[in-house]
Amino acid sequence: MAPSTEERCIPVKTDLDIVSARLEGRSLARELGFGSIDQARIATAISELARNVVLYAPEGKVRVRSVVSDDGGRGIEVVCEDNGPGIANVELVMQDGYSTSSGLGMGLPGTKRLMDEFEIETKLGIGTKVKVRKWLK
Amino acid sequence: MEVARIPILQIENYLVASIQTALHDKAATQFRDDLLERIYATKARGLILDLTAVDVVDSFLARLTGDIAEMAGLMGTTVVITGLQPEVAITLVELGVELRGVTTALNLEKGIAALRKMVEKESTHGTID
Repeated sequence: MAPSTEERCIPVKTDLDIVSARLEGRSLARELGFGSIDQARIATAISELARNVVLYAPEGKVRVRSVVSDDGGRGIEVVCEDNGPGIANVELVMQDGYSTSSGLGMGLPGTKRLMDEFEIETKLGIGTKVKVRKWLK
Repeated sequence: MEVARIPILQIENYLVASIQTALHDKAATQFRDDLLERIYATKARGLILDLTAVDVVDSFLARLTGDIAEMAGLMGTTVVITGLQPEVAITLVELGVELRGVTTALNLEKGIAALRKMVEKESTHGTID
């Protein structure tokens, strides 16, 4: 595989890391051939996920890599993991307009709309892992 | 960390600021404070916030932009946002972020024209200068 398929990992602790993570994601998206609108969607999704880490968890990381689907389609995968408190009610935070902090409370449902696939795993007291994917059309 | 300040220019009674780099949260908040202080110091009637070079507006920056418009409005200064790129407009709507109460214009020129109109209208409606 080409070097661009290597996984890139960005530690996330402060608001500076949010910018680094989304720049890294955008640059991989560009390398993979995503157009400017999809690049903006991917960068914005990473920004929202990484901000949740900065707001709610001591630290976390964002990993971006290229992926190939079963039918040979190519895409980008973003995994955002943290060691925060976890989410007690996932259904609730997936509702538009729900807010637990000074954020807009639309990070997760909005992120889901920007991407093609969205998975969330969370354990109270352990942390949260969100995996999103976008496929090249 | 030292925050690179965004230049705020004055043309007649208006201030113009153009964001040219990816802003992290602290720089964005600093920028908001700088803008409000400059508005107060210059008694500007209007402010153009140009986002032509901004390629990502997430929910934080969107909220901050709305806050700037609202806060400047409280001080009596009209704000027009200019130059939103198509991909920024698309992601904002998909993300579900509303820029309520914010006036926008396609580019700087149209923004200045819109600002002039709004400020003139205010003047003829008896706003104390």
